[in-house]
Amino acid sequence: MHKVLIIGEHDGKALNPATAKCVTCATNIPDAEITVALLGADTSSVASQAAAITGVKSVLRVDRPENMHPLAAIFAPQAAALAADYTHVFGPSTSFGKDLMPRIAALLGVTQVSDLMAVEAPYRFRRPIYAGNAIVTVEADPTRKLIATVRVASFQAAPGGGQATVDSKTLNVSLPSHTRYVGAKSGSTDRPDLQTAARVVSGGRALGSAENFKLLFGLADKLGAAVGASRAAVDAGYAPNEMQVGQTGKIISPEMYIAIGISGAIQHLTGIKDARTIVAINKDGEAPIFEVADVGLVGDLFQIVPELERLLG
Amino acid sequence: MQKIMVCIKRVVDYNVRIRVKPDGSGVMLDGVKMSVNPFDEIALEEALRIKERGSNIEVVAVSIGVADTQQQLRTALAMGADRAILVQTDVAVEPLTAAQTFLALAKKENPDLIFLGKQAIDDDANQTGQMLAAIWDRPQATYASKIEISAGKASVTREVDAGLETIEVDLPAVVTVDLRLNEPRYVKLPDIMKAKKKPLEVTSLDALGISTGVLLKTLKTEPPPQRQKGAMVKDVAELVDVLKKKGLI
Ligand SMILES: Cc1cc2nc3c(=O)[nH]c(=O)nc-3n(C[C@H](O)[C@H](O)[C@H](O)COP(=O)(O)OP(=O)(O)OC[C@H]3O[C@@H](n4cnc5c(N)ncnc54)[C@H](O)[C@@H]3O)c2cc1C
Ligand SMILES: Nc1ncnc2c1ncn2[C@@H]1O[C@H](COP(=O)(O)O)[C@@H](O)[C@H]1O
Repeated sequence: MHKVLIIGEHDGKALNPATAKCVTCATNIPDAEITVALLGADTSSVASQAAAITGVKSVLRVDRPENMHPLAAIFAPQAAALAADYTHVFGPSTSFGKDLMPRIAALLGVTQVSDLMAVEAPYRFRRPIYAGNAIVTVEADPTRKLIATVRVASFQAAPGGGQATVDSKTLNVSLPSHTRYVGAKSGSTDRPDLQTAARVVSGGRALGSAENFKLLFGLADKLGAAVGASRAAVDAGYAPNEMQVGQTGKIISPEMYIAIGISGAIQHLTGIKDARTIVAINKDGEAPIFEVADVGLVGDLFQIVPELERLLG
Repeated sequence: MQKIMVCIKRVVDYNVRIRVKPDGSGVMLDGVKMSVNPFDEIALEEALRIKERGSNIEVVAVSIGVADTQQQLRTALAMGADRAILVQTDVAVEPLTAAQTFLALAKKENPDLIFLGKQAIDDDANQTGQMLAAIWDRPQATYASKIEISAGKASVTREVDAGLETIEVDLPAVVTVDLRLNEPRYVKLPDIMKAKKKPLEVTSLDALGISTGVLLKTLKTEPPPQRQKGAMVKDVAELVDVLKKKGLI
């Protein structure tokens, strides 16, 4: 039997949907018994959310004041201690999981499979390399623990309705003091979360200024969409970094992605390969984005976007 | 602070269109342009800026790779690194092995900071820095977009999914860098000439006591499923029509 430990991601109040996607991935391992571990200062409310994910057998709470913020140097030794009873340890390929999981793997002296996109066998997986321009099938040593980050865009979230047991665990692990949390800055909006939104409206360098970029917000609100951006738009300061889509930004899989004034560089396309439908608006009919778009419209975005917003009523 | 070590990986240039070999044994690398991993260039640039602000800081560029990796280390020297070390090997090392190798170098060099890229754009592993920090038993600050050094500490702003996060770490520490940290300088011809005289030491995994086991076997390499080019519409009204028909709006 395989025992999979998933390191849950949360902010103390809400469980990140990436966790339920890791659960779906883990259920693809034959006869997997799935546990979600939650490290935090107080995980009582996120623990009940995790316990409701179908497929989860048990939830382990590791509450201690040092776990207030998800610092990899603090979490990793605790997760490595928990890992003793498991064959697999999974985390999401979000900035949280990418930071943490390799530190756990190295403490355990094992390798990590990054961005796992499909499970072929308990120790055989598929993952992208070269910004998704090639897919490799890799096989790990079954006599060792397998650590992986799960490419969240490749899996649907497991549904609710489950009833896992919840236990608290006290770990006798000493923690370092060399790493301290200072603060965070996030552009909180009431728009849907980019990583999980069903619709995304995304803008590129063509928007030309932060002021112009706001044009997309109106359209996004009409569609109930999240807003994304190309790296060029973020670098130029038109949009904040958390909006970046692509190889070094977010990898997303919405039902509909509308790329506006984005050329379609390989690194950008990496982030939207799993979108169900890609719509492209660009004044250059030769732009590479049209090679992957399901629906394309050639024209000036400054005319098209207001008109589109109007026609959507 | 006295020394910054920067890890420089030789990778296929980011402008190259990657092709998978028809037999599925890997990607075609013959005659393909190789460069410094773009993130590593940013890591080096940051080390050089810290050096230029402070005094007497030595910047050491290190790499693990084939003999030709000397080219990328010469580029690093031309940018301004003081010296370079190549751990020469013909096998592609996995992130854990790379981390063990850098740890062996760190034990010799005793750097105050080790800078790496957040990921290598060939394997996209995004692991080496975190693994190095773990086995060195030192702090890690990944995805840095701003670094401020003060007495024995670094304050690092990190690019995370929710926005920006700042942490403080004691030195020595491992920092992995993101794209917005800085814009790397261009190398000028005289610098390339000067770089030829800078020291470049070549050593081996053996000499450092590192064994290369394969922990993760690659069974096959395939091209990704291609998206089909779709339909072009002539105006906004038709666009709205098509989206309605697809049930998207
Ligand atoms: C290591 C690395 C990682 C990277 N990671 C990412 C990443 O994660 N995400 C990312 O996006 N990029 C990434 N990039 C950058 C990428 O290579 C491109 O430079 C970037 O995506 C270009 O952004 P853009 O399409 O907005 O700008 P451009 O390429 O400049 O395209 C602008 C487009 O707008 C069109 N346009 C101009 N005016 C109008 C108008 N009025 N109406 C309609 N269309 C108009 C133009 O025809 C053009 O196609 C990365 C690069 C590197 C080297
Ligand atoms: N063989 C190598 N030589 C030099 N640096 C490396 C090597 N492998 C990894 N690195 C460093 O580790 C970073 C992350 O690599 P990776 O974990 O493979 O994505 C890179 O950006 C480099 O700074």
